[in-house]
Amino acid sequence: MDIIQIFSEYYKYFLRGTEATVLVSLITVFFGTILGCLIALMRLSRFREVSGIAKVYITVIRGTPLLVQLYIVYYQLHFIPWPEGTVLGVELARVMPCVLALSMNSAAYVAEVIRSGIQAVDYGQTEAALSCGMSKTQAMRCIILPQAVKNILPALGNEFVTMIKETSIIQYLGVGDLMYNNGIVVTATYNPLPCYYISGIIYLALNIVLGKGLDIFERRMKRSDR
Amino acid sequence: MTGENVLFEIKGLKKSFGELEVIRGIDTTIRRGEVVVVIGPSGSGKSTFIRCLNLLEIPTGGSILFEGENITGKGYNIHKHREKVGMVFQQFNLFNNLTVLENITISLKKVKKIDPAAAEEKALGLLRRVGLADKAGAYPAQLSGGQKQRIAIVRAMAMEPDVMLFDEPTSALDPEMVGEVLAVIRDLAGEGVTMVVVTHEMAFAQKVGTRILFMDGGVIAEEGTPQEVFGAPQNDRTKDFLSKVIHTI
Repeated sequence: MDIIQIFSEYYKYFLRGTEATVLVSLITVFFGTILGCLIALMRLSRFREVSGIAKVYITVIRGTPLLVQLYIVYYQLHFIPWPEGTVLGVELARVMPCVLALSMNSAAYVAEVIRSGIQAVDYGQTEAALSCGMSKTQAMRCIILPQAVKNILPALGNEFVTMIKETSIIQYLGVGDLMYNNGIVVTATYNPLPCYYISGIIYLALNIVLGKGLDIFERRMKRSDR
Repeated sequence: MTGENVLFEIKGLKKSFGELEVIRGIDTTIRRGEVVVVIGPSGSGKSTFIRCLNLLEIPTGGSILFEGENITGKGYNIHKHREKVGMVFQQFNLFNNLTVLENITISLKKVKKIDPAAAEEKALGLLRRVGLADKAGAYPAQLSGGQKQRIAIVRAMAMEPDVMLFDEPTSALDPEMVGEVLAVIRDLAGEGVTMVVVTHEMAFAQKVGTRILFMDGGVIAEEGTPQEVFGAPQNDRTKDFLSKVIHTI
């Protein structure tokens, strides 16, 4: 009962928080995937220096807590004149380091997923492409990556789901995401349990929607199977 | 020999993988219109040899001249070379993410920069010749091994190469599909397509080959016409090999 009562009274907070969470998640997934692709290709480079950089990057990111990374990015990049203005009531100067830290973190995991996907594609596919006169880049873009993406879609989906949940960490920099607003409602009502139920249900709903979307995409990619 | 008709001139070819020397010095010449069939026991370097011809393996010694140019030399355009040298693999290696038609047209469009409509028309014409026009929209996973291999041949032929390389094209096929693939290769040979075929199909080698190379231990142990090699082998290792692969019960 408390749940319904608190939600009907404070739904605006939850809604505003959800907006921020969705926005930050989308941007993070977008940049995380692009950066992840880049790092995966670097990791697979035949130049040892290039793959070495990617290797170190992945080791460092995977080996340190996201919260530590968030604070380091925030304080280390303090000198950058982030654009002024606000998004959903939060200063860009706070949102942008958050998005940057989250994307950098996500990229390390995405890179390993993509690498495993590329390596799982039979090398015969590359050889066939090369023997048709294609360049390595063409073979990668037209033949290998499309097959790799299909194979890694479940693992990639997993990473996206994780990212939506991990964005809750940005509340520590005062970005008004779902958990930040959850905190406001807890303080206002002195009744934490229903608040956490509400937030939990919202995260779950977001991830169910995301999961459905990924299912549809996966089915479309499966066309080339039997 | 007249330079005009020489396609490959191979001198002292060597290839090592680390410590392991797989090709230990091959000298031979492949002329236009020839059907060179390479036979020999497993591990004799047959596949490595023809993979050197389109530079899927980079030789570690010797030289290969193709149409007079040293293909292992610096500045040689490997991509251009591979356009002129078609390759058919044991495992077909059709592009799994593309339809049959796209498998054939992709290199026409991306490499030869042929207009898409013309590329499709060409691909359909070739598919009709091997009796697979109805499979144009199918994906490789929906095809039998024999169908895949015939399409792989069409894919390579679409580029109008100067020479076709076949690396054990029927070894991964179910026995009942071997015939349909060999028939396509035989027809191409009949049209005068130059080819180098690595195979264990001895009847095919005898009938279609214009020259047989018997490889053993990374060298050409014996070469000659099918009549010479199959009829009156000179080398003991050839005799031994042939007695094992030609089954008479």
